[in-house]
Amino acid sequence: MTFPFLSVIVFTPAVAGMVILLIPAGKKNVARSIALAAAVLDIVLALSVYVTYLTQHLVGYQFIEQYNWLPALGISLHFGVDGMSTPLILLTGVVMFTGVLISWGEDHAHVQAGIQDRPREFFAFLFILASGVFGVFASLDLFMLFFFYEIAVFPMYLLIVIWGWIQTREYAAMKLTLYLFLGSVIALVGALAMYWVAGHNTGTYTFDMLQMEKANFSPQFQNIWFLPVFFGFAVLGGIWPFHNWSPDGHVAAPTAVSMFHAGVLMKLGAFAALRVGIMLLPEGAKYWSWVIMLCAAVAVVYGAFIAFVQTDFKYVIGFSSVSHMGLVMLGLSTLNKAGLTGAGVQMFSHGIMTALFFAVVGMVYDRAHTRQIPELGGMSKPMPWPAIGFIIGSLVSMGMPGFSGFIAEFPIFLGVWQTHWLVAVIASISIIVTAAYVMLVVRRVFFGNMPEKFVDHVGPVTRLDKLAIGTLCLLMVGIGLFPAIMVPMVQTGVEHILHLLGGA
Amino acid sequence: MDFLNAHLLSAILFIPAIAALIMLLLPDRPGLLRWYALIASLIPFALAVYMWSNFQPSAPGFQFQEQHDWYAAIGSSLHLGVDGLSITMVLLTTLLTPLAILASFSVTDRIKPYMMLFLFLETGMLGVFMALDLLLFFVFWEVGLVPMYFLINQWGSANRNYASLKFMIYTMGGSLGLLLGIQLLGALFGTFDLAIITAKWNAIQGLLLGYPISTVKAVIFWAFVIAFAVKVPIWPFHTWLPDAHTEAPTAGSMILAGVLLKLGAYGFLRLVLPLYPDQARDFAWVLALLATAAIVFGAFGSLGQSDFKRLVAYSSVNHMGFVVLGIAAAALAAGTQDAHIAMNGAILQMFNHGLSAAGMFFLVGVIYERTHTRDLNQYGGLFPLVPIYGGILIFTSMASLGLPGLNGFISEFLVVRGSYPILTPYTAISMLGLLFTGAYILKGILKVLHGPLNEHWAHGEHKLTEIKPREVIVMVPLMALILFIGIWPAWILDVINKAVTRLF
Repeated sequence: MTFPFLSVIVFTPAVAGMVILLIPAGKKNVARSIALAAAVLDIVLALSVYVTYLTQHLVGYQFIEQYNWLPALGISLHFGVDGMSTPLILLTGVVMFTGVLISWGEDHAHVQAGIQDRPREFFAFLFILASGVFGVFASLDLFMLFFFYEIAVFPMYLLIVIWGWIQTREYAAMKLTLYLFLGSVIALVGALAMYWVAGHNTGTYTFDMLQMEKANFSPQFQNIWFLPVFFGFAVLGGIWPFHNWSPDGHVAAPTAVSMFHAGVLMKLGAFAALRVGIMLLPEGAKYWSWVIMLCAAVAVVYGAFIAFVQTDFKYVIGFSSVSHMGLVMLGLSTLNKAGLTGAGVQMFSHGIMTALFFAVVGMVYDRAHTRQIPELGGMSKPMPWPAIGFIIGSLVSMGMPGFSGFIAEFPIFLGVWQTHWLVAVIASISIIVTAAYVMLVVRRVFFGNMPEKFVDHVGPVTRLDKLAIGTLCLLMVGIGLFPAIMVPMVQTGVEHILHLLGGA
Repeated sequence: MDFLNAHLLSAILFIPAIAALIMLLLPDRPGLLRWYALIASLIPFALAVYMWSNFQPSAPGFQFQEQHDWYAAIGSSLHLGVDGLSITMVLLTTLLTPLAILASFSVTDRIKPYMMLFLFLETGMLGVFMALDLLLFFVFWEVGLVPMYFLINQWGSANRNYASLKFMIYTMGGSLGLLLGIQLLGALFGTFDLAIITAKWNAIQGLLLGYPISTVKAVIFWAFVIAFAVKVPIWPFHTWLPDAHTEAPTAGSMILAGVLLKLGAYGFLRLVLPLYPDQARDFAWVLALLATAAIVFGAFGSLGQSDFKRLVAYSSVNHMGFVVLGIAAAALAAGTQDAHIAMNGAILQMFNHGLSAAGMFFLVGVIYERTHTRDLNQYGGLFPLVPIYGGILIFTSMASLGLPGLNGFISEFLVVRGSYPILTPYTAISMLGLLFTGAYILKGILKVLHGPLNEHWAHGEHKLTEIKPREVIVMVPLMALILFIGIWPAWILDVINKAVTRLF
């Protein structure tokens, strides 16, 4: 019996969340310590899965575990990861770890950083969410994928509505939840249709996706169901024109939740759209790929321009996520090797980058109590670590070579050149716009003169914050300089997708 | 020693970057940081001199080649090598960086990040000259922007925010076409190796993307040309230059004028002419026209300035125009003896302008540090106060003016001699432009050194002090080379000429 890596990774956060709830409410640090211990356990396990997969040059689904759950309906708890999902497992581990670090909380006269209010419940909900995310990435069973998907989405509502930014949290939480539920319900209908037709075609009714890949759906069936399924999930990936919930949601959420939200949850949408939409309905994907490409290209350019005109620090990052997730969708829509590989790397790269961005935004807000860019300035002096972190994130964001963003975006563009070259030319506008707005934000927030009113109460960040920033930066630079530590693995996952798409 | 010989280029390339990282760990002691940075930048220079002495000008192809895996997934590798063109530029870069660092010993604000950025900048510039892989070329091309942006933005003078963003956006916007072109080539051939791409690209026939190949080539030719034209800069893409050069700190201007402009010209030599020989020939008249405009308008622009640093900045536009004129002539009449003469002149002019422009910017910096003004009308009659400085300034100005016996004369004469039979009218007009070169240089000398003494600088706290020994040491190598090349250019022209006759 090998060690059940994936189930331990998936269920550790949920179990830890339950344990945290049993701690007396007053013992905040005990709750935090348990949270940190669980996060460390998960990141270590995720890293060992990643390193094993990479160094042993594994291909296909590995670390497979299968337990019966509801055999009568063909549902089982079936876990396994391939080259596409392994980086995302690691990503979730990293975001969870850093999210706990920056939520630890400190309570000085002027700084209300981290989570002070009911950290027990906060970590419990956050960890249930984390379990759901891990579950989606690891599931090979369509029913289980939905099961974890909903688990990941629901706690978000509570996290935003209770701990969110007081001005918009109720509106944003409601908007986000309705958007995402609507999307997933539509996708669920498609999934049920697939279940029945697959059962009808093959004679065994099962939700096992490895079986459903061989179900021979008719082209007509695929063409009908591809769009609902893909877009149903892609709503969570922030695809234009269904991206509207995401900047509001990001802004209203507390820092760690924004990190999870933009860093991991949006990847959940993109990943599920790929796993269920493209991989199970490949013919439909080929038929409709131009629609996705169009929406993605609009998201890339439009998101960048909207980010440019924002004056709220957090909204800038929120819209930049729309733009960057558009690149993921753009990569998916190419349905070729380069594009899909780029999309896989971009999911990881954007996850790390945006987690870092939101962490820094949170650190600045906690100290300055404003996110209006014109009111900020000179933050690099009291807070050098967040400043350097944000600059590195900015370079990743504008696709600067030497950082992970370039490694991800370049193959995406290569893939687009092989399909619709004009889209590549148009989408490239976003590179310049992105460079302009991130550099402006860096300058206005971190350099120049610090307004008088901040002089007393803007102080340095904690050691835990520095550890979080350092971890995230290291990953972005590491992949940028040594793409071989991630790209070959993603490529093995892409080979399987290309196989499903029919050779190529 | 064998290991060093086999990895000479990567040693020269990466020692500055590694030294910069080590610098992070050093204590914040100004003296230590300055000397450390100086020594760290002298090592690549020593290695470059060693490489120069072992370089065989007569051997065909690239020497000291190295190839390491980098981004195997999309067919890009760390492929380095130098020939007669690039080794002169490597020598220039490794020479100017320590001088710029020595010139920066007067910087007192945040020495550590300042010196680190310079060392990173050196790696970025050297990488462009050494790269034999198209993607790698682009990586270093863009990476160099980042340190320069922050050097201008953080250590520049009053209008630095405007200048640095303009520099960044201009250059990134210019290289967008280059990026798209590189993506197209990569998507087409599945590799980025320069030799393979050049061979395949020149042999390609038929339709590409649904258009005749000649049309596509013409479009990408212009995409490449604009990227490099912005950097050189050629009129009318030069408007970022006076701002960036004027606002940058002294050492930043030295490197900007000394090396960064050469990157653009080098792009013409290394990529545009080999990849698009036919288009380059067809459009050579446009390049010649723009080069003539740069020479004439650059000279007029310079003549019209009352800011000493802006005057020198415009002189760069004027001098780099001759480089492009030589390139245009060589493109039009590739293979002829005249073309080779013009090309020899262009490359030598790159080297020479690197020496004299770096020297001029440094001398402007020396007087600015003492007077805190760059307004030419505030100076006047300073020669008796600072005779040594005055002598050095006149010497360097004469090199810039093209006085026979100094280096500028040799290269400009070669360009004009080579271009005249090929591009007679353009060359003739350009030679008229030379007249104004003389005029603005003499204006600079006149306004600073001669005429009635401005008493403000003669007494009391404003009394102008003589150039310091450290500052003289910065100028000595530059002046020695200026004189040496002027008297005996064969040592460098031999290397350049052998490469030119083989390549063009």
